[in-house]
Amino acid sequence: MKLLYFAWLRTKVGLSEETVEPPPGVTDVAGLIDWLKGRGPGYADALANLAVVKVAVNQEYVPFEHPVRPGDEVALFPPVTGG
Amino acid sequence: MTVRVQAEDFDVGAELAALTRGNPRIGGLACFVGLVRDLHPGAADAAAVQALTLEHYPGMTERQIGAIAAEAKARWPLESVLVIHRHGRLEPGDRIVLVACASAHRDAAFAACQFLMDWLKTRAPFWKREETVEGGRWVEARAEDEAAARKW
Repeated sequence: MKLLYFAWLRTKVGLSEETVEPPPGVTDVAGLIDWLKGRGPGYADALANLAVVKVAVNQEYVPFEHPVRPGDEVALFPPVTGG
Repeated sequence: MTVRVQAEDFDVGAELAALTRGNPRIGGLACFVGLVRDLHPGAADAAAVQALTLEHYPGMTERQIGAIAAEAKARWPLESVLVIHRHGRLEPGDRIVLVACASAHRDAAFAACQFLMDWLKTRAPFWKREETVEGGRWVEARAEDEAAARKW
């Protein structure tokens, strides 16, 4: 599974992207985030307030209940400020 | 329908001319150009915005803008739609975004332009980082922009 981080989430995690193999119990976005938070203080800090975290799976916006599977591209980022 | 995400500047006149060329059904062409501004005019020099860096999500950005441009075409009788959004480092006065909609009549062109801009502000995966004398800071999403997008 490919993970991408943008804006201040990238800064806090310290990576723009990585490939991970979460344990089999991780089946949705919420589970993935819980697992990521345990990977270090940078992740825990970046994902502390989920009210300001948006998720896209395979480049489509999804809610936290959305399933994740091996091979997915999962992006985590703050609310956008384009335009 | 044209969607471009690019670092380079764009020529508004040339883009609009290309958008309408050879289509006599177009009676109205509405466009919006977004510029980098100093977000804190009148503030102490340290808070003045010297530059803005726009980060985006390559791939998703083009795909999402393409989808919303297609939705605009489905909602209004548009002859053509153009969205150009820049990324990278920009300075006050630089153009960031161009949205243009052409239609037989002005109402559809105006409305579709506003719809696209409201959507770009809240859903297109771009993030702005301001540079000031004191350092950098990420621009936070605004509740007003979210409210503007919801009305559609």
